[in-house]
Amino acid sequence: MREGPEEKTILQDMPWPDEPPVMMPGQTYGTVTDTIADAVLKRPIGVGWLSGLFIAGMLVMVLLVAVTYLFIRGVGIWGIEIPVAWGFAIINFVWWIGIGHAGTLISAILLLLKQTWRNSINRFAEAMTLFAVACAGMFPLLHMGRPWLAYWMFPYPSSMGVWPQFRSPLVWDVFAVSTYATISAVFWYVGLVPDFATMREKAQHPLTRKLYGMFAMGWRGSARHWKRYESLYLLLAGLATPLVLSVHTVVSFDFAVAIVPGWHTTIFPPYFVAGAIYSGFAMVLVLAIPIRKYYHLEALITMRHLQNSAKVMLATGLIVGYGYFFETFIGMYSGSTYERFMLQNRWFGQYAPLYWALILCNILIPQILWFPKMRSNTVVLFLVSLDVLIGMWLERFVIVVTSLSRDYLPSSWGHYAPTRWDWAIFLGTIGFFSAAMFLFIRIMPAISIFEMRQLLPEAEVKAE
Amino acid sequence: MEKESLVKIEAVCPGKMELAVVQEKLSRAKSGPQYWRSLEELAQSDGFFEMLHREFPRQASVWPEGTSRRDFLKLMSASMALAGLSACVKMPLEPIVPYVRQPNEVILGKPLFFASAMPFGAYGSPVLVESHEGRPTKIEGNPEHPAGLGASDVFSQASILDMYDPDRSQTITYVGELRTWSDYVVALKGALNTQKALQGAGLRILSSPTSSPAMGSLMEQVQAAFPQSKWVQWEPVNRDNVRAGSQLAFGQYVETRYNLDKADIILSLDGDFISSGFPGFLYYARQFAARRNPDLKQKMSRFYSIQSTPTNTSGKADHRLPVRASEVEQVARAIAAGLGAGGGGSVPPQYQKFVAAVVKDLQAHKGAAVVIPGDNQPPAVHALAHAMNAALGASGNTVIYTESVQVKPQDQTAALKDLVGEMNAGKVDLLLIVGANPVYDAPADFGFADAMDKVPLRVQHGLYQDETYDHVHWHINGTHYLEQWGDTRAFDGTASIVQPLIAPLYNGKSAYEFLFALVGSSETGGYEIVRKYWQGQIKGDFDAAWRKALNDGYIADTAFPAKAVSSKGGNVPAGNRISPDVMEVIFRRDPLIYDGSKANNGWLQETPKPITNLCWDNAVLISPNQAKKSGLVTGDIVEIDVNGRKVKGPIWPQPGHPDNSITVFLGYGRTKAGRVGTDVGFSAYKLRSSDAPWYAETKISKVGEGFGFAHPQGFQYIDFSDLPGGASDDLYGRHVIRKATLQDFIKNPDFAHEGAESVPPEMTMYPAYQYTELKWGMTIDMNSCIGCKTCIVACQAENNIPVVGKEQTMRGRQMQWLRVDVYYEGGTENPGMYYQPVPCQQCEDAPCEIVCPVGATVHSTEGLNDMVYNRCVGTRYCSNNCPYKVRRFNFLLWQDWTTPQYKMMRNPEVSIRSRGVMEKCTYCVQRIAHGRITAEKENRKVRDGEVITACQQACPAGAIVFGDLNDPNSRVSKIKAQQRNYNLLEDLNTRPRTSYMAIVQNPNPELETSEPS
Repeated sequence: MREGPEEKTILQDMPWPDEPPVMMPGQTYGTVTDTIADAVLKRPIGVGWLSGLFIAGMLVMVLLVAVTYLFIRGVGIWGIEIPVAWGFAIINFVWWIGIGHAGTLISAILLLLKQTWRNSINRFAEAMTLFAVACAGMFPLLHMGRPWLAYWMFPYPSSMGVWPQFRSPLVWDVFAVSTYATISAVFWYVGLVPDFATMREKAQHPLTRKLYGMFAMGWRGSARHWKRYESLYLLLAGLATPLVLSVHTVVSFDFAVAIVPGWHTTIFPPYFVAGAIYSGFAMVLVLAIPIRKYYHLEALITMRHLQNSAKVMLATGLIVGYGYFFETFIGMYSGSTYERFMLQNRWFGQYAPLYWALILCNILIPQILWFPKMRSNTVVLFLVSLDVLIGMWLERFVIVVTSLSRDYLPSSWGHYAPTRWDWAIFLGTIGFFSAAMFLFIRIMPAISIFEMRQLLPEAEVKAE
Repeated sequence: MEKESLVKIEAVCPGKMELAVVQEKLSRAKSGPQYWRSLEELAQSDGFFEMLHREFPRQASVWPEGTSRRDFLKLMSASMALAGLSACVKMPLEPIVPYVRQPNEVILGKPLFFASAMPFGAYGSPVLVESHEGRPTKIEGNPEHPAGLGASDVFSQASILDMYDPDRSQTITYVGELRTWSDYVVALKGALNTQKALQGAGLRILSSPTSSPAMGSLMEQVQAAFPQSKWVQWEPVNRDNVRAGSQLAFGQYVETRYNLDKADIILSLDGDFISSGFPGFLYYARQFAARRNPDLKQKMSRFYSIQSTPTNTSGKADHRLPVRASEVEQVARAIAAGLGAGGGGSVPPQYQKFVAAVVKDLQAHKGAAVVIPGDNQPPAVHALAHAMNAALGASGNTVIYTESVQVKPQDQTAALKDLVGEMNAGKVDLLLIVGANPVYDAPADFGFADAMDKVPLRVQHGLYQDETYDHVHWHINGTHYLEQWGDTRAFDGTASIVQPLIAPLYNGKSAYEFLFALVGSSETGGYEIVRKYWQGQIKGDFDAAWRKALNDGYIADTAFPAKAVSSKGGNVPAGNRISPDVMEVIFRRDPLIYDGSKANNGWLQETPKPITNLCWDNAVLISPNQAKKSGLVTGDIVEIDVNGRKVKGPIWPQPGHPDNSITVFLGYGRTKAGRVGTDVGFSAYKLRSSDAPWYAETKISKVGEGFGFAHPQGFQYIDFSDLPGGASDDLYGRHVIRKATLQDFIKNPDFAHEGAESVPPEMTMYPAYQYTELKWGMTIDMNSCIGCKTCIVACQAENNIPVVGKEQTMRGRQMQWLRVDVYYEGGTENPGMYYQPVPCQQCEDAPCEIVCPVGATVHSTEGLNDMVYNRCVGTRYCSNNCPYKVRRFNFLLWQDWTTPQYKMMRNPEVSIRSRGVMEKCTYCVQRIAHGRITAEKENRKVRDGEVITACQQACPAGAIVFGDLNDPNSRVSKIKAQQRNYNLLEDLNTRPRTSYMAIVQNPNPELETSEPS
């Protein structure tokens, strides 16, 4: 709750003179509401959106076919083998979970830190999180040899008195990811409630009204509502904040707890979290830049947001780079034969091109974000973000595959190559994610209306 | 009792059955079935035939003749409803009665063991057959047998799969159409009547050679009845050279037997005497291993190998000299000259040092040295070896000569050539082929198939409808040795009775029965034939002796005594030489598929071959040097041209192979082997001619590239400078292979622990396990291991391990729980070779256990890492975390759930794993449970040696020892206490229960410097 004279509206909050504003001048309650709501309610369905949804939908079909075949035949349709028993499924899982970090970070941590500029991007960042976590959540199930027994991973009161094996990081994963998915969904939904009410009011069609009304859960916008709402929202933000750190920490334990050279590293938790935020912000930019342009939201999502995201990327990218450096340093410093060989194998082994591509994508290219000029060029930002997404995927590939393919006994070394089914499921989840995003921007307000309104001068409460 | 059961039978099926009827029918059972399922069938009662035609005879007759439409519909609907029910249990036709009173020996769930012998080539391998409720499920070695010593080889281990092979021939056919035995007998009698008049001048029997005395006597009877007939023996991997060499040396054919336990120095002239298939392999392997124990100190034997193609035998040598197959004779002559045993001539300078050292060493050990020539070396080399053995005073010490184990040995190539000539000349009217496949494997210059087509009546008796099947009129389906009576002799002459474990699955005829039809009744059983023969041989109480022979698995005191022969010296005519500038091609039998007769055996196909570790293919082996010179890389396809005969095959650079020489393996390229072996690899028989059966001049030219090999081992080189990180000692300092020379070992017995980091056991977060009763452990002596791969097949048979095929093997998904890693050390010209069998290490601090999310792999109270298949959800995390990579995952459904034969074959005590489940070596936990239960029942502790794992049981070298570590006096505890004992990847602190004994070699100090480092 904002009080006191210091609580200036964010519109005037310009740390530097040439810093772009958080919202373009000339906005009122009405214009904000209309800009956001009309994108859903008034805008006709265009060819661009339809064809985008069509392509994404086709990829969803690919996913369905691939998953059906997977369940019929078994995980042997993938390229995994002994020694590389984890492949695309785990790489994709970690990648999607990483992407799913930005939403909660933006909504929860930035909310607590009172970074109000976040208001114009938190809604779709959260949606993105949710869809990314949904994509990620598929993989642990799909990658099981006997997926119909997945419920054995949960501590349910079995009649045989058998529990999960709590020393295994995979069990921790189950808790971490499911908690994260739950909190993210609740947080997202709670954030949507006032906006659903707005949509209910603005909708013309009775059915639409009814639907929005249902989801608005009788929100009337009374002061009491707002009071309760604000405390709940803060509470949830507080709950979600540690999760941002814990989820990827636990995911990194999947590797760090194992004794495979290249996995068994204490630096993994912070470095995984940084990597997750890195890729999450990259995904935010990849989504925000076209949406902003296509739906003419430049006034609400300004260069300020893009630049701030770019700065976050730059910072987390440097942390990731530090992680790479330290992995190498410790590998050499430890004097362990296995670690040293693992590094040599990364640099010169059969997957070396992927390692160097990862260094290029994650460390070298993003350095151009140091230049303000580059940061304010949407095309450059878009391309760098894509590049980071690719780089982060490669990072997981290098960690999972390169380490496993050559571990301890040279007689057991192997070579992993994905099959068409690996690609089908990977592309399928991208399709699923895109389809969900396409539907989201046409069904729900992609930007938080009420939070944007709070940024307007009109929202300032003058203390008499 | 009889009356009761008769009443029951009548209640179930119509038709009266009196015992008298049965007996009466039995007495004139000339035309009756050989193996019967019920008394009714035997008596051929009307009721039985009625029952065959009408599945539910009683009920069927209830229905009125003229069924109305309404009744019909009622009946139909009821049938449809019941159809679902009846599918659940398929009732057999015969009245079945469960064991009301169990047969004396049978206890359900408890296997019985029967001693028998497997005829293989011309020799017999002693076996014990495990039988579950009448189904043979596993072959073991026979510990009682003097020539087997309890071990077994890959072929006998895999023979169980041969028997249950669903592709076996199941019927008698006449030009492809179904016929019965009596149809055949009629046709045969007609042909024989004609032959009788000609004294059998047109009758030829072509069979694989045999050591069966009863078969020999049967052949004599045939010869007596048809004096002009001929018996031609043919096996493609024959020992003609051995026989010819013996003729050259002694003027007669004698069997050569070695006493490796007395040999201080062994010189092999391309001899492959410790690989499966060599006569006496089991015996030699055990003796060889015993003398390689470094604790014998100076009495440890030294092994020189002059070798063409590297084999698992030459890999065990202290000194190897890779020499082209055609040059072995030259080297042999030089050594013989040095020993004063004839020979002579010069050797190229690079061999001189080796030759001189060998000569000196041999001379220093007169009476305790032995020279072993290879079967595929020309007669001259054999004669030279005999001369050298004579000069070394080996005869009677390390070498014994006996009469031939094989019945009526003959020059097979010459005999086959004569047969082809006669067939082409139209002199053969009736050709019987027994157990041979000459259309596939006869020398290419004979044109056997075309010649054979000129014979008016051609009959084949065999297990498969193979390549020869397409060229015969009659095909009689044979019986597997587990289904028939027979006899055979081991390499030392010890005779064994082959007893059937099961009635023939497809009503086949054994070779004895098939041949007996020529001279006697077509209905006489193998039992009578074999028994009758031995009745004439065994003196005294025959029944008791017969029972004892069956029980023991051999007939006592039938080993051949030593025979005094004198060598004529080594002045023998030279064999065919190939100019050093011309490339030679070496033909070798495949180590696992043998001559091609095992091509349809999935276990043998999938087992990685000794040394190369390739499976599912034969390759063109070439030295890496030569490959580089010829611009060839792994997987290039070359055309091999031998005198205009051309075949294409993929290149596999093989370290230790001589230059300017290639090796191809026989037995592949089958066109009609069955679902497993058809169209696998290329047929080297197409290149092989009768005058150059083992090596020939050749030219190769590259015609393609990119052939994919199934090669389950990742890397084989101990130091590999072309790989990341460059060369480093001992597999990047992983101390996987630890070895020393004998001198170093004597000086420093603890060498195995030097330089390797070990972690104190208390460095773990978890509390130590307490073992109050048993604590299992295993040691594998790498000094004894001969890399023969028998353990792999034994494990596969014992534990119901599926076969996954070439494509899946290429993708790294082979399922064998046990693997034998082969590592090379040193340069590629002549590297050291080391074999390391790797089963599950059953770690004390097992990395697999802590990462399983559902607790599907857990520590047992006896120290094993148990795998709970039912609980496994298939996250594969355990495999990732296993530093030894011994876990195997069912990526797809590989078990064959439908083929009925395989259901009978499987070990009922081991779960069949479905897809999505991890599996691994269990230390044969079913055998442990068996031993524990027996001990508990008898209220005692499990005795040392009572529980024997499948791999341990099979190991010919006795390299694997298993037992209780809580017992300080157990063999395994004592071995673990030795200084040579070390753990794999010790520094990881996994504390494996499987440990290894380091390798100690005994090189000749004079040759030390020339050893590649």
